[in-house]
Amino acid sequence: MHYSICDFLMDIIQNGIESGAGNIDVILEEDAVWFSALVQDDGRGMTAMQIERALDPFFTDGTKHPGRKVGLGLPFLKQATDSLGGSLDIHSEKGKGTGIAFRLPMDNIDTPPLGDLVGTLVQAFTFIDAYELSVSRKKPDGDAYRVTRSELAEALGELDTVGSQSLLRNYLESLEENHGENDA
Amino acid sequence: MAKMTLDDLRKLRGTKKTAMEMRDTGNKTIQVIIGMGTSGIAAGAKATLQAFGDELLAQGLTEVSLRQAGSLGLDYAEPTVEVHVPGMPDTVYGKVDAAVAKLIVQKHIIGRELVSGHVYDKPAKDIVK
Repeated sequence: MHYSICDFLMDIIQNGIESGAGNIDVILEEDAVWFSALVQDDGRGMTAMQIERALDPFFTDGTKHPGRKVGLGLPFLKQATDSLGGSLDIHSEKGKGTGIAFRLPMDNIDTPPLGDLVGTLVQAFTFIDAYELSVSRKKPDGDAYRVTRSELAEALGELDTVGSQSLLRNYLESLEENHGENDA
Repeated sequence: MAKMTLDDLRKLRGTKKTAMEMRDTGNKTIQVIIGMGTSGIAAGAKATLQAFGDELLAQGLTEVSLRQAGSLGLDYAEPTVEVHVPGMPDTVYGKVDAAVAKLIVQKHIIGRELVSGHVYDKPAKDIVK
């Protein structure tokens, strides 16, 4: 199993980017009990049989790494949701895209910690490929925000330089911080 | 820290940019690529990425391009990092934790010297100590 929930999240977002998706929408909601995530892309999609095989750790379609025998991203997530009492739903249509929704109980002592969400989002926004990514986030305190890659690129210029990434990190940290009643 | 807006971000970028332009901009062609496949992440590539960002920033190398790729194919040596510096051989480093990341910035990128013990691909073995 991955070390933190953010690692699962990163894995699926990266799958979306690598599937050639032009648009990826991520919705993250958190309350005292549940962490819920939905990652929807318009990449190449999967058939019902491909979905089933994607959950098998000893299967990979071989396009990403020719000759390799394992594909662990989704099986890790399935293992986590199964063993922790969460849920995992995969909706996909060949040629249209894939939506992956998962939920993990934050009050289960075996649920991994959320991890570094800001760092994960900085990563998700700064892959080299051309894609649009929107992240809508509802924090446990009820506060919410939405960030898109195109508006970040417009404000920061190149997203791949160390300078931009440091500013992006500051920006997301300020959104993620608890601002108390004034912002409620 | 108060909640920032996109406008704040634009202004900050403006001020940082001017400060940056006063320094040497030759580091714009330097690229660091981190392998961020499942095995890379499991081996701690996130900490490596963070360490590169922190150290490059601390050294004032804000124009260096810091990128992520999927697996670089050397899963036994994760986290793996590819470094392109003009005038140096393109190099893939393996087993790069935060401490090694710092070393790569200081020795390879600033000192123009390969970091022994972590070179996993290119240049040929006889070039590396």
